[in-house]
Amino acid sequence: MAFWDYANPTRFLRLVQVVLPWLIGFCVLAFAAGLYMAFFTAPEDYQQGNTVRIMYIHVPAAWLCMMCYTVMSISSIGTLVWKHPLADVSAKSAAPIGAAFTFMALVTGSLWGKPMWGTYWVWDARLTSVLVLLIMYLGLMTLWRTMDDPIKAGKSAAILTLVGALNLPIIKFSVDWWNTLHQPASVVRMDGPTIHPDILWPLLVMAVAFTLLFFVLHLMAMRNEILRRRVRALRMRAASVSRPGTAAATAQPAE
Amino acid sequence: MTGWAMALFQRDLRLSVRIGGSALVGVLFFLAVVTVIPFGVGPDLNLLARIGPAILWIGALLATLLGLDRLFQADREDGTLDLMMMAGRPLELVILIKCLAHWIATGLPLVVAAPLLAIFLNLDPVSMGAVTLTLLVGTPALTLIGAIGASLTVSLRRGGLLLAVLVIPLAIPVLIFGVSSADAAIHDPVPFLTPFLILCALTLIAAVVGPIASAAALRFSAD
Repeated sequence: MAFWDYANPTRFLRLVQVVLPWLIGFCVLAFAAGLYMAFFTAPEDYQQGNTVRIMYIHVPAAWLCMMCYTVMSISSIGTLVWKHPLADVSAKSAAPIGAAFTFMALVTGSLWGKPMWGTYWVWDARLTSVLVLLIMYLGLMTLWRTMDDPIKAGKSAAILTLVGALNLPIIKFSVDWWNTLHQPASVVRMDGPTIHPDILWPLLVMAVAFTLLFFVLHLMAMRNEILRRRVRALRMRAASVSRPGTAAATAQPAE
Repeated sequence: MTGWAMALFQRDLRLSVRIGGSALVGVLFFLAVVTVIPFGVGPDLNLLARIGPAILWIGALLATLLGLDRLFQADREDGTLDLMMMAGRPLELVILIKCLAHWIATGLPLVVAAPLLAIFLNLDPVSMGAVTLTLLVGTPALTLIGAIGASLTVSLRRGGLLLAVLVIPLAIPVLIFGVSSADAAIHDPVPFLTPFLILCALTLIAAVVGPIASAAALRFSAD
């Protein structure tokens, strides 16, 4: 089964070498098409004018920050259940990308909010839950950084990721409740205009482009992480050879 | 079965009450937080009465977070934690009992102190009772969720700050429903029982998820 074949990091790196150029090519093409459509063929909104074009960055980024957490959750199950050696590499390298997309969704959202709602930030339910998601991404990244042993850090982070995956729907639900309790008629009405195909198509193309971008970045980050762990293992081996008597370097599954 | 559980419960309770007086420190911190808020928002009694439940809840959350790193740290330092894990008892149950003892030593004093602090915030008797009741039901959830963070950071030398960062996002639902059920009792936009029952449900969920996740984290950090 292909899934197990690529448990071997060397084989995985070889696959990355083959797949990555194609992915990069498709990603560049999708971005070229998507950006062209977003800037030139998509019409201006009759109310929002040109600012509606922020949507083509904002909405895919918001989708991606959810997808990235899903990828991390699946990887965490892989770490804890199947002990797949690349699963924690995958989860670890997905976290900063997810945080970046979340940050991008928040920044473009507030830039869009300024001309539309007259303020950069509203304590709207959606915005608040995305902000909580950002804090969770940053907390996970910190947990990874504070632990020396990458294997133990991977397992701890996997537990936290899964607890977070369990909690995110509850957080979403409670934030919705909290907001409707405090300000019933919200400024943000996403269900207002039904989306016209002229706007929908560029949006979908941009979503595909962003998804490809995620996979390109994710594969590159995974490759870097594998190489980083190899360097670490080599250094530990060199240190234990130069100073015999100290503990031998422990074998890392991901080398 | 009940013999070892009772023994563990009494041991934990005795340790946390006698050493360092953690219960008293928690309540003192709670008092300090509540005292500081009027300096920040101004001494307007009407405003304080309106945001009083929120102040008490945030104070309780912060006081709980401060005490959480003691949940496993001391036992890990002197090796007791390893003995508990090798004793062959279900680790999830051990953690649940430890959380219960920890809550009685640190959480319950906060609940008891809440009506007194509510006087400073100009809360009327009804809202005083409502806040105390929600704290009584909700603070166990904070301890149980915090147990996950405590077990994840137990092997770190300075895990306290990271623990708070990890636990706060998970504690948001408890805070929301705690404050909103207290608010519902005061100026009822919704019936009190609706958010209150959800708060109870959150505590019950935390009582399941917290020990399981925390036991998994302790097992992985030990080997």
